[in-house]
Amino acid sequence: MDFNDTPQEAEFRAKCRAWLEANAELKTKKTNSAKNMNVGNKSLLEAAAEWQKKKYDAGWAMIHWPKEFGGIGATPIERIIWAQEESKFNVPKGVYEIGLGMAGPVMMEYATDEQKERYLPPMAEGKEIWCQLFSEPSAGSDVAGLRSKAVQDGENWIVNGQKVWTSGAHFSDFGILVVRHDPGLEKHKGLTFFFVDMKSPGIEVKPIKQLTGGSSFNEVYFNDVVIPDSQRLGEIGDGWKVAITTLMNERLAVGDADGVDANEAFELAKKHDKDGEQLIDNNAVRESIADWYCEASGLKNTKLRTMSALSRGDTPGPEASITKIVSANKLQAIGNFGMDSSDMSGMLMDEESDFIKFQMAWMGAAGLRIAGGTDEILKNIIAERVLGLPQEARADKGLAFKDIPSGS
Amino acid sequence: MNLDFSDDQKLLQEEAKKFLTKEDALKINRAVMDSEKTYDQDLWNKIVELGWTGIRIPEEYQGLGLSHLELCVIAEELGRQLAPVPFSSSVYLFTETLIEFGSEEQKHAILPKLVTGDVIGTLAIAETNSAPTKSNISVELKDGKLSGTKIAVPDAEVATHAVVVAKNGDSVSLCVADLNSDDVDITVQRNIDESRGYYSVSFDGANAEVVGDEESGWSNLEKIMDHAAVLFSFEQIGGAQASLDMANTYAKERYAFGRPIGSFQSMKHKLADMYVALTLAKSNSFYGAWALSSNAAELPTAAATARVSATKAFQLCSQENIQTHGGNGFTWEYDCHMFYKRSKVLSLNLGSLPSWREKLIKSLEQANIKL
Repeated sequence: MDFNDTPQEAEFRAKCRAWLEANAELKTKKTNSAKNMNVGNKSLLEAAAEWQKKKYDAGWAMIHWPKEFGGIGATPIERIIWAQEESKFNVPKGVYEIGLGMAGPVMMEYATDEQKERYLPPMAEGKEIWCQLFSEPSAGSDVAGLRSKAVQDGENWIVNGQKVWTSGAHFSDFGILVVRHDPGLEKHKGLTFFFVDMKSPGIEVKPIKQLTGGSSFNEVYFNDVVIPDSQRLGEIGDGWKVAITTLMNERLAVGDADGVDANEAFELAKKHDKDGEQLIDNNAVRESIADWYCEASGLKNTKLRTMSALSRGDTPGPEASITKIVSANKLQAIGNFGMDSSDMSGMLMDEESDFIKFQMAWMGAAGLRIAGGTDEILKNIIAERVLGLPQEARADKGLAFKDIPSGS
Repeated sequence: MNLDFSDDQKLLQEEAKKFLTKEDALKINRAVMDSEKTYDQDLWNKIVELGWTGIRIPEEYQGLGLSHLELCVIAEELGRQLAPVPFSSSVYLFTETLIEFGSEEQKHAILPKLVTGDVIGTLAIAETNSAPTKSNISVELKDGKLSGTKIAVPDAEVATHAVVVAKNGDSVSLCVADLNSDDVDITVQRNIDESRGYYSVSFDGANAEVVGDEESGWSNLEKIMDHAAVLFSFEQIGGAQASLDMANTYAKERYAFGRPIGSFQSMKHKLADMYVALTLAKSNSFYGAWALSSNAAELPTAAATARVSATKAFQLCSQENIQTHGGNGFTWEYDCHMFYKRSKVLSLNLGSLPSWREKLIKSLEQANIKL
């Protein structure tokens, strides 16, 4: 056992590092949060586009993609090494992840050669931003229960319906979309997958105000939107199969929760003064921090086990499937702890104070426990795919979609 | 990056698993539980023959001269099948102390006999129902003679020798005593796990020899506890995995309300929680194994992290395995209780969960380690 890179990995890491040092600034304690992201006078969108283009020109944008689409055919371990190094630098995040992480792999697998040539390089370069249009007001965890309708009309499809929780729809150029082409078929069999130009007539994007006050999600309305059949990905009726490709990628992409962790709780407890005593001298506090530390350490070492398998060229085990459940719940608990530590004043928000990170963690965690698969759905997935337990008895099995009870 | 065992180590683990399965260690454990015995002599003899007691003992003392990592994979298998043998007492506690702190003379005298099984060792720490500390140890070493009583000493009946934590003037020393001496009285103590033996051991002027620096007994003990925490954490993850596997099998086979109980979300989520706890524990145990085998400065933190995670995982998995089995899980006939009881014994044997959380926080305060 050792934590060292192989000589090839070390060489690759040094290459990443050298380019990053020449082109970006290392994170400091001050810049180490999204809020303080150094985008200067530019908008996050402009800053992200500039950074993406810089990476693309130097060959770092999508290193695991084949050369013809702007990558260098990097191995999975090289991809992780790049991500590890990039994350140490203060660079814009939050604009391209969904497109590159979810739309990219689907296009790579299901688009025609001409489409790949047309769409993948601008996606990697950051010229075109992609979003994902899956969830609907009545189809969240049960996303296959979606109702947006596509009706074939010659060489085109006419789409009507509503999508929701669409991150970045308001600045996206294209989206990947699952719709129901036949409500007379069983739930999973009546779905078909497309990509769509977000500037198409009939698409309306409305931001959703989140409980944090921010708006990174949208509702997206489709009113007689025309999508050429050539933009269908996979066969008619294969929509679920194609969507699963994306959802598997989403679970990898959402992964670890950013924000306060055991270390921040520990630092806070050491600083805090209550009648001249530090909180860290309180036994209940010590026990909680010990448990959070064990969870954080367990996640970190789980990741290292996955990396070890990739480094050997093996397929990793299912161990990474625990990441989001553990980290989102830990984030919520530590956010709570931080606020409790300040007693009555824990409710007061001050943009200038470092303390706000505990309040943001507490708010953000409530969303993180839902995004990309709720805790409950992720536990079902562990139970069914990892432990091999049988599926839940279902009230919708064997029924045509239109006959499934919907409560409305 | 390689936070994993080598192919050779995995092969050793596979062989250990096959051996214990062939011997049917779990059935032997049940037989021990049903008898007055506290270990199985025949299984122990075979383990000695396989050379496992000498894994970490250097070749110059007739051992195999392998690393802690080989010991970790064996520990996981012993934990998975609850092998009722004095392996942990003799190997993780006694042998580790001798290797770390014994004089050349002591090593030459004792280590080869541990390899052959002529010496079986244990470690005597506890005295009362308060956690032992540097200042409350009362068993005393004076002029080479031990006096006082230790309790909850594992495997003291089969053991020939014990490392005893003793007050020595103003400090605490570790010393080795011959348990077969007439000045030593050993009495079995009833404990929650019928497949393990715990004893009170009274010394009435028994001869004992200091191991390691006589002033540093307490810090040396802490180091041995760190070693043992990592090694036991592998027994714990082995036991946790076995408990999860049993629950999983049962949840697929047992029908209620016309369907397998494993198809209910409440059961799925329970088993998923067990998997999550076990995965965290396993990854932390791997980290502990790295720190132990490379003698890293992080060892106190890594050992406490492995101990806390593995204790929580084994306790959760063994208790929820009973719950999954319903009424059957509460019977003597089903194996669930053997894991439940072992999980509790293993959660207490080196000190309780709260005391290890405390050790973890102390190590973080001292080392200022960041994730």
